[in-house]
Amino acid sequence: MTLFDSIALTLKLVFVLGITLNAVPVMVWFERRGSAWIQGRVGPNRVGPFGLLQPVADVIKFVFKENFVPAQASKFYYHLAPAIAAIAPLAALAVIPFGSYFIISGQQVPLQIADLNVGVLLVFAFAGLEVYPLMLAGWASNNKYAILGALRGSSQMVSYEIAMGLSLVSMLLVYGTLDMNVMVQYQDHYWFGFIPRWGILINPVAFVIFLIAIFAETNRLPFDLPEGDAELVAGYHIEYGSTKFAMFFFAEYVAMIMASAVLVTIFLGGYGLMPGFGWLTYGLANILGFETMGTQNILAVGQVIGFIFKVACIMFFFVWVRWTLPRFRFDQLMNLGWKILFPIALVNLLFVAIVIALVGV
Amino acid sequence: MATKIVTRKEGYWDKFYLPALAIGLKVTIKQFYRTLFLGKGTTIQYPEVKRTYSQRFRGMHFISVDPNKVENCTSCYLCQTVCPAECITIIAEERPAEENPYGVRKEKRPLSFDIDALRCCFCGMCEEACPKDAIKLSRNYELATLSREEAFYDLDHLKREVKGRG
Repeated sequence: MTLFDSIALTLKLVFVLGITLNAVPVMVWFERRGSAWIQGRVGPNRVGPFGLLQPVADVIKFVFKENFVPAQASKFYYHLAPAIAAIAPLAALAVIPFGSYFIISGQQVPLQIADLNVGVLLVFAFAGLEVYPLMLAGWASNNKYAILGALRGSSQMVSYEIAMGLSLVSMLLVYGTLDMNVMVQYQDHYWFGFIPRWGILINPVAFVIFLIAIFAETNRLPFDLPEGDAELVAGYHIEYGSTKFAMFFFAEYVAMIMASAVLVTIFLGGYGLMPGFGWLTYGLANILGFETMGTQNILAVGQVIGFIFKVACIMFFFVWVRWTLPRFRFDQLMNLGWKILFPIALVNLLFVAIVIALVGV
Repeated sequence: MATKIVTRKEGYWDKFYLPALAIGLKVTIKQFYRTLFLGKGTTIQYPEVKRTYSQRFRGMHFISVDPNKVENCTSCYLCQTVCPAECITIIAEERPAEENPYGVRKEKRPLSFDIDALRCCFCGMCEEACPKDAIKLSRNYELATLSREEAFYDLDHLKREVKGRG
């Protein structure tokens, strides 16, 4: 690895981490303000302009709280759980491409931290890891509410991962690859010149199943049973306070960002330009009189902005759904997962496989 | 008690469940738009923005004064008599002749006029009973105090010039 590569990699790491870590407080703010707006309230607006510094105040409060460990807790696992919770979704972000490539001094710099040809598998490996912090936290806390939350969480995540995986497999059949870059390039075409060839239009059923499953995977309402406040107080993180709780809180939002990024990459054209923005980009490059290099760089900037915009839309959807739907009962959740989503995903997979076998991709 | 079986009419469309979700999402996004862009929220930013009440709202009492800043009350005891909560206490005295340009109209004046706001039920009967339109209830609803003593209103506290209806 040359010096150039190292610097480029460091900058990309800083960019992705910076965007993600800064998106979390914005999301926390938006969750509170957005819920207020949906419910016709004013919401927190005292700290900073529009209350934007509210998350900062929250974090300061968390950090300065007493670092309490219950006497009966299993210390090692108790401390391990929030660490895994925070790291697993962050690690999965490494393989998600957020732009094509920059050309800097004649060298191509792909806008992806790790260009793996099995990227999707890695993402799902880390997404699967997210069940461990729940179980560890619930078990190590030695608390009945925590263990109930952990049991619910693990069974919920395992059941929904199946529907999620099957809907993903049907998309893999379409794309014929596990490489996320190739998937995005496949989607970067147009039907009749204006309809984008996005996964959502190729296979809408898989999209809906995937969308529902990521809600369950990230423990968001309407599937937030592991921490259902009404019946389990706070669920698996009931015994956690101060910075450790902040890490769980933070992990929830990072997991949402990660899940939205995966959804966008597989179904919504990834970093491909939004319809109509191609003209804008090339027009801008023409006006500024750029050569291939400049055009590609402008294109890459547009792609990064487009990707962030798409992820932001999905994040908005997360908040929107949270303040619309009530929580499921646990048997309803399991019914939906096993009796509805699983068969539909299976039939959809079969259908896609037959169509591809008969017609071709 | 017998079990009451409630049957719901569920068409194929309802069983599909997603259309109902879409309707719900539409409702919330409409509310979101109304609050954020049209400013039609249900709650208000209270200490900065105050709720405007009806003209007939009955809040903090006051005693109206004439242009010479002399209270209109003539200590007729009608309000004290009619008050169902017995929260008004008036002590009357004769107004000294040299201070009295009104002649017979304001011969009497209250030496003290106390209202125990903790007992008051804001029924507004004192206002109705008053022949001089002296005691009135304003639209001021911020009556919270830090001590019980502050909730006993005396004459100096109550005297106010009338602007509109208070």
